[in-house]
Amino acid sequence: MKATLDPARPGSEGAEPTSRAEASSEPRAEASPASAAPSGGTPPRPTARRKSRSGGEWFGKTYTLICVAVLIVTIFSIVYFVASKGLSTFFVNGVSLKEFLFGTKWAPDGEPQSFGALPFITGSFVTSILAACISAPLAFCAAIFMTELMPKFGKRVMQPVIELLAGIPSVVYGFVGLTVIVPFFRAIFPGQGLGLAAGAVVLSIMILPTITTIATDAMSNLPRGLKEGSYALGATRWQTISRSILPAVIPSMLTGVVLGIARAFGEALAVQMVIGNAPHIPSSLFESASTLTSVITLSMGNTIMGQVQNNVLWSLALVLLVMTFVFVAIVRVLERRSLR
Amino acid sequence: MTTSIMEIDRLNLHYSEFHALKNIELDIPEKTITAFIGPSGCGKSTFLRTLNRMNDLVAGVKIDGSVKLDGEDIYGAETDVESLRKRVGMVFQQPNPFPKSIFDNVAYGPRLHGIRDKATLNEIVERSLRGASLWEEVKDLLGKSALSLSGGQQQRLCIARALAVEPEVLLMDEATSALDPISTLKIEELVRELKKEYTIVMVTHNMHQAARVSDRTVFFLNGELVEADETEKLFSNPSDARTEDYITGRFG
Repeated sequence: MKATLDPARPGSEGAEPTSRAEASSEPRAEASPASAAPSGGTPPRPTARRKSRSGGEWFGKTYTLICVAVLIVTIFSIVYFVASKGLSTFFVNGVSLKEFLFGTKWAPDGEPQSFGALPFITGSFVTSILAACISAPLAFCAAIFMTELMPKFGKRVMQPVIELLAGIPSVVYGFVGLTVIVPFFRAIFPGQGLGLAAGAVVLSIMILPTITTIATDAMSNLPRGLKEGSYALGATRWQTISRSILPAVIPSMLTGVVLGIARAFGEALAVQMVIGNAPHIPSSLFESASTLTSVITLSMGNTIMGQVQNNVLWSLALVLLVMTFVFVAIVRVLERRSLR
Repeated sequence: MTTSIMEIDRLNLHYSEFHALKNIELDIPEKTITAFIGPSGCGKSTFLRTLNRMNDLVAGVKIDGSVKLDGEDIYGAETDVESLRKRVGMVFQQPNPFPKSIFDNVAYGPRLHGIRDKATLNEIVERSLRGASLWEEVKDLLGKSALSLSGGQQQRLCIARALAVEPEVLLMDEATSALDPISTLKIEELVRELKKEYTIVMVTHNMHQAARVSDRTVFFLNGELVEADETEKLFSNPSDARTEDYITGRFG
């Protein structure tokens, strides 16, 4: 069986995967000439019969493969483009990576130039994590309310309303933040009101739907027996929620929180409107600061392609991209663990 | 033997429009095993769940009539549902241990009711696990996740969990139907052992199990209680023709 798989493979790969794979009717096999031996059991069989099936089969497969190929090519191109631009700061312009990541002085047009991105990296992390800290308890309580306390009202009214939050454009959030939250902070705290705290509050509302939806799904997917088992031992509703439901949904909650942080990390416009955009590490939450995204959107119009001032923005973008990958990886790990 | 621990009088239950239990009257004697049999959908599980008010959790259920535990109506105004469920424990069809350690599963109930002391908890956990014949198998794994146990062990853990709050009555809702024959036998042995100290009410879809295990058997059909009698009598010489049809396998 294995022998039939091996010989044809090497040539047909690479060149035109879609049509070749179709003609030989075993698209999967090309990936595994080496692993065919150990997996042994059920390799896809090369059969002549399949060819005689209707044209729809062929069309569907080709179409799907093309779509997948387009997606993959797009993603790889973006990563490649951002990486090549971003890395040229270090390899072409000779900025030291250490200075970029840990330097605190951002003066791309200064004399001497200085490209310390630490203020932006800190700004991004502080606002996103703070936003998650505000949002997660709210989301958890909202989810409890919608699944345990008032499931009918929750499903009909609250869930759509919360999902609506996800559809509001970020410029509207920024505008509301600037008009409501910033003056509010200005009135009760020292400073201009613009700053990390304002950014975090705006972001926390923006990521509320993400965390709430995930928490609600997790709770309504809990096995019925879990709750019943707790009630049957004489637990009150609150005891059941705090001792039985909460521990069981924590892994999913964490997934939601990380996704929320990822979304907050990448949000540009709304944050930029309320954070003040001063390129330094603030000493208080109510002091003007910057994030990776806000500095990119603010500066990109003022730089020229290929110059170090432009490349360094790409480096910031690369940091964002890498962080996104990290967040996705964390979510993956959490999900795999909660499957256990 | 003849004292009744639970007395059910003219109990009717409606699921919105559907009349699920019709005028049930039954006495459940102390420290015996009572088995409910009947075809699917006859109301036996629903009835079992009225005995510890688990039906309260289902929307649209209306109950009238009375269920007395030691002479007190459990549907009375001053009944505290939580302490009722502490006195009338329940084991479900699907083993449903909490995703916690074995120890924490058994200690869940006692902790709910305010026991914090580590030594007392240790003692309760050991006694309950012994009571459920699980101690020897898990005594070195108490910190392990309960989900790592086999199905039969999980079900015995659920029994131990129920025993840990020292109930008077233990309700078992087809507790062996999701288990293999060997685990089923173990649980049946365990149940016979438990009746020395507890009153056991079990729903079973398996007539042979009722015949093997129980002292009294109750036959339900379409929401009605058809016949309740000593198990031996009911299986050898039923007084109602419908009971006879059912136990001889003519339907259901």
